[in-house]
Amino acid sequence: MRGLLMMTVLAVLPLGSAAQSPATGATPELPEPQRGLLPEMVIPRPAQWGDDLPTVPDGFTVTAIATGLKIPRQTLVLPNGDILVAEGKGQGAPALRPKDVIAGFIKALGKSPVEGGNRLTLLRDADGDSTYETQGVFAEGLNSPYGLALIDGGLFVANQDAVVRFDYIDGQTQAEGPPVTLTKLPSVINHHWTKAMTASADGRFLYVGIGSNSNITERGMEAEEDRAMIWQIDARTGMHRPYATGLRNPTALTIQPDTGRLWAVVNERDEIGPNLVPDYLTEVQEGGFYGWPYSYWGQTVDPRAQLQDPEKVAQAIVPDYALGAHVAALGVAFSDPVMGAEFAEGVFVGMHGSWNRNPPVGYKVVFVPFRDGRPAGEPVDFMTGFLVDEDNTRGRPVGVTLDPRGALIVADDLSNTIWRIAPAR
Amino acid sequence: MASLSAPRSSVAPPRPLHPLHAILLAFLFPLFLGTLASDLAYARTFQIQWANFAQWLNAGGLLLGGLALLWSLAGLIRHRGGDRRRLVHALLLLAAWGFGLVNALVHAKDAWAMMPEGLWLSAIAAVLALLASWTGYLGFREWA
Repeated sequence: MRGLLMMTVLAVLPLGSAAQSPATGATPELPEPQRGLLPEMVIPRPAQWGDDLPTVPDGFTVTAIATGLKIPRQTLVLPNGDILVAEGKGQGAPALRPKDVIAGFIKALGKSPVEGGNRLTLLRDADGDSTYETQGVFAEGLNSPYGLALIDGGLFVANQDAVVRFDYIDGQTQAEGPPVTLTKLPSVINHHWTKAMTASADGRFLYVGIGSNSNITERGMEAEEDRAMIWQIDARTGMHRPYATGLRNPTALTIQPDTGRLWAVVNERDEIGPNLVPDYLTEVQEGGFYGWPYSYWGQTVDPRAQLQDPEKVAQAIVPDYALGAHVAALGVAFSDPVMGAEFAEGVFVGMHGSWNRNPPVGYKVVFVPFRDGRPAGEPVDFMTGFLVDEDNTRGRPVGVTLDPRGALIVADDLSNTIWRIAPAR
Repeated sequence: MASLSAPRSSVAPPRPLHPLHAILLAFLFPLFLGTLASDLAYARTFQIQWANFAQWLNAGGLLLGGLALLWSLAGLIRHRGGDRRRLVHALLLLAAWGFGLVNALVHAKDAWAMMPEGLWLSAIAAVLALLASWTGYLGFREWA
């Protein structure tokens, strides 16, 4: 019965950076897998910000530039400085097992009760004073939009079931009618529904992340057809091919400015311990296989996935940089010298935060410093203060986007806020 | 409450279970046996749907078997100091249900993680359910 009590939402230990990220970097510790009779579930409950603000480094200011949104996920900064916000909430895969019913109820405790907007909101700061005085709906009637990309004259939106395209002219505040479908995306069941997207530097291709249909094949191998991979899609024709596979849930994609290479943050599998398996940041190698479901962090076999495929395991690539297990990285953006010397080279990573680890981790935005185009050094906290005392959180960061004028834009899908962090001038 | 003339004798015929109690008890063994059969099918084929069937069959056994268990425990309290077979039955039923509960938690592990423990627990729970049903359907003598 003690086990049953653990199923209820547990109190959360005090905040302390020491408790965070026990395993980050290029060679994280991979402890032995472990799982008790009950999976650990620690769901910080929603709390209010009141007059408080998130904590940002000295020399930076943080402001809420939009509130009252409907589950903001990813943002896109348009050439004229306007910000587009994709708002939505997947439909939720059907509960197949008694466990799905129970776990679904518990996880919902840590989410916003607001309905997903299924729309794009446009924020405008016309006079450049960093106050986004205009907030309007750019397009609605979308299907859980997530990834956003702009390729001259075309605004691409990755719905949970298709990539669609709007015509876009600089300065436009509203779409001219419904979008055109570029290509359908795998969406049966849609356990991991978010479709991350970015455009190649030359604008020829879109890259779309398609998450797995399960934690570790518990919906069957057949359900994983065309899942856990990144597609490369021709932006004109919609023709597509798998660009890299075995990535359990590639939740955010971005192009490295100088090299034009594709990078991703990926959420790894659960239920084999509090420090397994690290979510990661990696440059995505064309044609690469990253292990899921057969193995993790390269070739560490996960016997929960049957039947195993030793040939695939032998090909599995080790990712570049561990972000820590269960942090739920959902946003990635390369920085720029406009963010100040300390944060000039590296990536920002938005961490939605854990639901199955005690104490909870994530619930912040970190900066991973780079040198010579590669990750170098420990992640640095960039935006914290979401988790409050015992077992409450005031927000959950999702997408992070660099505003080239000198700010980081962070979407928060719990407090339904868009945050702007900028060097104080 | 036995009639004054009835001797406290072991030859008194056992009374069958109350029909509703019997109906509730009737679910446990078939459902746990179904759990075991589904586990065997999953172990042989790796088809996840068998694991899903196993989990729901086991959950059904816990629900309906749980009601039968409550009835048996209530009977045990009501007829304290009575037929010892009532105690044997209740303990077997409690054991079957307890193994079923642990089995539910093991089966909740994703994909192949429930193997092989889940299969063994299903087998033990099914055997205990059979014994609990057998001892229950023999009926109990009322004396007190």
